Parts: sequence; structure tokens; C-alpha cells
Amino acid sequence: MSAIFLVALGLGGFTLGYVFYSKFISERIFRLDPAFVTPAHAQEDGVDFVPTNRWVLWGHHFTSVAGAAPIVGPAIAVIWGWLPAFLWVVFGTIFFAGTHDAGALWASARNQGKSIGALTESVVGKRARALFMIVIFLLLLMVNAVFAIIIARLFVDFPSSVIPAWFVIAVALAIGWLLYRRGVPLLWPSVIALILLYASMFVGDAFPVALPGAIAGLDVPAQWVLLLFGYAAVASLLPVWVLLQPRDYINGLQLFIGLGIFFAAVLLASPEVVAPAYNQNLPADVPSFIPLLFVTIACGAISGFHGLVSSGTTSKQLDKETDVRFVGFLGAAGEGALALAAIIACTAGFASRLEWEGFYASFASGGLGAFVQGGGSIIAQGLRLPQHFGETLLAVMAVLFAATTMDTGVRLQRYIIQEWGSIYRIRFLTGRYLSTAIAVVTCLALAFGAGGGAGTGGLLIWPLFGTTNQLLAALTLLVLSVFLMKLGRRSIFTLIPFGFLIVMATLALLVQLRQFWEREQYFLVFLDLVILVATIFVVLESLGSLRKTWAERGADSGAGGAGGAGRP
Amino acid sequence: MKGGRGRLRRVLDLLQEFYDAPHRGALARAKQEEDDLFMLLVFSEMMGVPNPASYHTLELLPLLYEEFHAWHLRMGMERSPLDHIRCC
Repeated sequence: MSAIFLVALGLGGFTLGYVFYSKFISERIFRLDPAFVTPAHAQEDGVDFVPTNRWVLWGHHFTSVAGAAPIVGPAIAVIWGWLPAFLWVVFGTIFFAGTHDAGALWASARNQGKSIGALTESVVGKRARALFMIVIFLLLLMVNAVFAIIIARLFVDFPSSVIPAWFVIAVALAIGWLLYRRGVPLLWPSVIALILLYASMFVGDAFPVALPGAIAGLDVPAQWVLLLFGYAAVASLLPVWVLLQPRDYINGLQLFIGLGIFFAAVLLASPEVVAPAYNQNLPADVPSFIPLLFVTIACGAISGFHGLVSSGTTSKQLDKETDVRFVGFLGAAGEGALALAAIIACTAGFASRLEWEGFYASFASGGLGAFVQGGGSIIAQGLRLPQHFGETLLAVMAVLFAATTMDTGVRLQRYIIQEWGSIYRIRFLTGRYLSTAIAVVTCLALAFGAGGGAGTGGLLIWPLFGTTNQLLAALTLLVLSVFLMKLGRRSIFTLIPFGFLIVMATLALLVQLRQFWEREQYFLVFLDLVILVATIFVVLESLGSLRKTWAERGADSGAGGAGGAGRP
Repeated sequence: MKGGRGRLRRVLDLLQEFYDAPHRGALARAKQEEDDLFMLLVFSEMMGVPNPASYHTLELLPLLYEEFHAWHLRMGMERSPLDHIRCC
């Protein structure tokens, strides 16, 4: 079967979902109102609250939520065959992610642009809010550790990506300086930066860089992990305009160009999908796809992280309430398209099924390596470029996504630690340097604790990371359901995804708990238990608040009925 | 031709917005921190902190006077800390 068929089916599905389902949800459930005064207008301050053109807003929203995660998840999950991953990405994006992302955006806009954490407190309660902070902290911890390991692996497997990946930092510094210190308009620096970035890939291709070998008992991936955290610590301490802002910007441009190049290459090369639709020849260490598939692919199908972005920044810049549909649903669709690209790269980018099976010989062996190699060969065929160059291009793309996330992640973690310091009056925690050091050390402990000295086994925590992400999404969906119930609207469209996610996340935790125990990975057993306890609290908290809202509604609805469609 | 140029301008504006918007808040807060420190330096002599540059910063007072109220509120002082500046 040609991969073009999968592209058409996937993108066609997203389009139908946008045209029909998002219209239904926006008009009948959220009842978006063009006359509603959004927080961007009501509280306009020129800083956080700024009415923004919906295209620009969608651009930000999409580039903030898209990163390495929607690539890594599907790249691991195709081990069960392309069909389960494909169906979960397409249906998850349409029915789960779209409603979740747009819902968080809408609920936040209806509540003075409050973040989903603050909303949780006012809609569900204080305990749920505390739970929320813990889940977010765990999520950041894992994302930083996992992404460092992923980048280290890419540097080792594709040494041609080292030069461009570090060179882009210099380019970003130059852009930041030109724009802020020199006041140069944006156009030419952008064009030159992109040309330099792609030129540096040729240089990297010609001069691959590999670290010499083990130093003081640390092997090469472990050295990269240390270097990367050193970088992330410094980068997160720099003022935003110096590095983070131009880096984010280059990444954003690169995301659109990369996606364009990839789908164009698929159309031109029309590669055959060599992986089986449903893999019956699974390696011994691969667990059952129910429930693991639904936590292995979080971003790309549904991800709680999106709710943070939707309610944290996007909702404060919403020009009209009706833009919720465009920004929220299409943001999710963009992420779905990235996951679709990853599925195609990892299933159609290989010459034969045998070669594919060689790559997917054990559970975490596929991952980004398969994406880079498979996608590289599709780009090489479609655009008639050398295979090496195609690989470098995708490896750099993945490294840049992951590195920018690390930079932001360490920064956010530092803020959380500083906040704890000021809440509990622990003075030394409030300092910039010490809080950064604590953030980095905890991440390193996780990176090495999970993967051992090699630092490469750390992908074992990928499903745990996905589970935490789904837990966050479930919490957001719960808050949305309660909010909808209080408005007297149908909450079934958020409650079903919520129930599904909670069940899958809990099952996945139990399956992994047993696995970690059998493999004597006690650090991971501990982490799994922490997340399991958080999940149980989420369930209890949810049931409590749902029952309460249900009872209140029953008490005051009287003749209103369960649907409540006719009520304001 | 004119329409084409207008469209290009619009695209460039959107690009600039794409660059600025995500970090506008963080940058404004960083700028405010710097400005707050500057206010403290300018008004330090009046609050009993010796400042060798106060003779030179004196002429800035009328320019900063309007921001004084917002500043002392931000610094956690409900009332003006200076007797001779009665902003509230």
C-alpha cells in the first residue's frame, strides 16, 4: 500500500473532523459567541493580554505544542503495526485532542484567561489544584530527562547532526542581538538564518562529530547528557531575548518548512508501507498494545501539555471567541499531522519488511532512530537528495525541537522551585542559580537513575511520561466536564475521553509496575508508584466533584432534563 | 504593484508578530524589574540610602514622578514611603 493513501486518509480525516465535529462542538456545546468580549479585549494590557490575529495565534499555539514528543511516541508505537498507531492518532486528534485543546482555550477565555491550574481550584477544589502542580512538576522532570537522552542518542547515531544543532545556537544569538540591539527588521535575518541553518547541515554531513570515548567511566551518551544539561542550565538563565526567543522563532519556521518538505517528498516518492498493519510477530519484550499504545502516543493523539499552553498563554490573546475553533482544533490537527508524518517515516521509509523488523527488534529500539532513517530515505527518494542529507535534516529537526523544550522546561522548573521557596519561606530556594542547579540535578538523577550510567536506557520512562501527560489531559477534561455541567450543557463529549484516558493510564501504570518490578528497576518502580498514587487521587477527586455537581444540577434543574440543551 | 507591496508589508507584520508575541510578557516583566531597580536608585537618597549620583539623578525626578505611585504599590507599600511625595 502506498503511503500517499495513509496521508490522504489521515489529512482527510482531520479535515472532516474540523468541518463537522469541531463545528458541532463549537456551536452546540461551547456555543462560541462572536459578540463575547474576550479577556484579550477586556483586560488588554499590551503585555499578556493582546488581541492577536488568529493565524498568528494558531502559529504560536501550534509551534508551542509541537515538539519532539509527537514524533517519538508514534515512532515507538508503530512496533504494534501501523494501523493501531494510525487509528489512535486520527481518532484521538479529532475526538479527543481537538475538544480538549479548544475546550481548555474556551474555558479559560470564559474565566478571565485563568490558567487551567487556577481554573481547577475554582471549579473542582484546592486539593485538585495541588495535585495539578505535582503532576506538572513530574511532567517537566520527565520531559527534560527523556529529551536529553533522546538528543544524546541522536548525536551518537547521527554524528552529522552535531555541528548544525550547536551552530543554530550561534545563529539564534546573532538574530537576538541584531533585532534587539541593532533594531534590524526581521525579514533578512530570518532568510539568512534559514540559509545558514540548511548550509550547516551540508557542513555537518561532511564533518560528522563524535566524542572520543569513555571518560572517567562515563560513556559517550552520558557525556552528551551532561553537556546538554550544562547548556540547558546556562540557556535557561539567560534573558529571554538573547537566546530563547530567536531559537523558538527559528524552530517555528523550521517546523513548517520541515513538514512541507516531508509531505512533498511523500507525494513525490510515493513509498510503500512495508510494516505490517498489525504486527503479529512482536519481539518478546513488547507489552500488549492495550493499554500501552494510548500512553506511548500522547502528543499527536491527545496531550495534557496542550491544555497548559491553551489556557496559559493562547487564551489571553484570543481576538474573538469564535477563533477558539480555528486555533484549538487546527492546533490539534497540526500536531496530528506531525504524528502522521512520524508514522509514515517509520513504516514506509524502509526497503523491506525484514529491514523494518531489524529496526524494531525490541520495544524502545525503534524510536527517533527509525524516524530519522526512514524519513531520511523518503526525503532522499522524493527530492533526489543524498540519503545522508535527508537523515541529517530530520535528525537536526528533532534535536532542535527537543533542545528548545529542554531550555523552556528547565526554566519552568526553576520557576516552580522558586515559587515553592517563597510559599514555604525557604530563602535559599528563591535564588536563580541554586534553583536552576536543583532543577538540573533532579533531572540528571532521573536520566541516570532510569537508564543507568549508559544514559541510553532512559527511553524506558517514555510510557511513564506519556501516562503523566494523559493524566494531565484527564484532569483538564474533568475540569471542562464540571464546568459544562455547571452551565447545564451536555458534558458527555468530554466525559467519555476523560473516562477512557483514566482507565488506560491506570492500566498502563499497573502493567509497567509489574515490568519494572520483574526487571528489578526499583527507581522506576518508585516513580510508577508516585504517579499511580496521583492517579488514584485524580479519580477520587473527579468522582467527588462530578457527583456533587450532578447532585446540584439535579436539585436545581427540575424540569430542565439531563440534556439541558435549551438552557443558557 | 501597490497591492503587492501592501500584502508584503502585511506578511512582514505577521512575521514580526510571530516573533514578538510568545515572549512579550516575559520581556515586559524583565524590563519592569530593571526599571524598578532604576527607580530605587533614583529615589534612594530620599529613603536614606546614600547615593553619590543623586545630584545627577535629581533632574530625572519630574520624569519619574508619574510612575512613582505604581512603583511603590508594586514594591508592596500601600502608601507613599516619602513624606514629600504625596501621590496617594
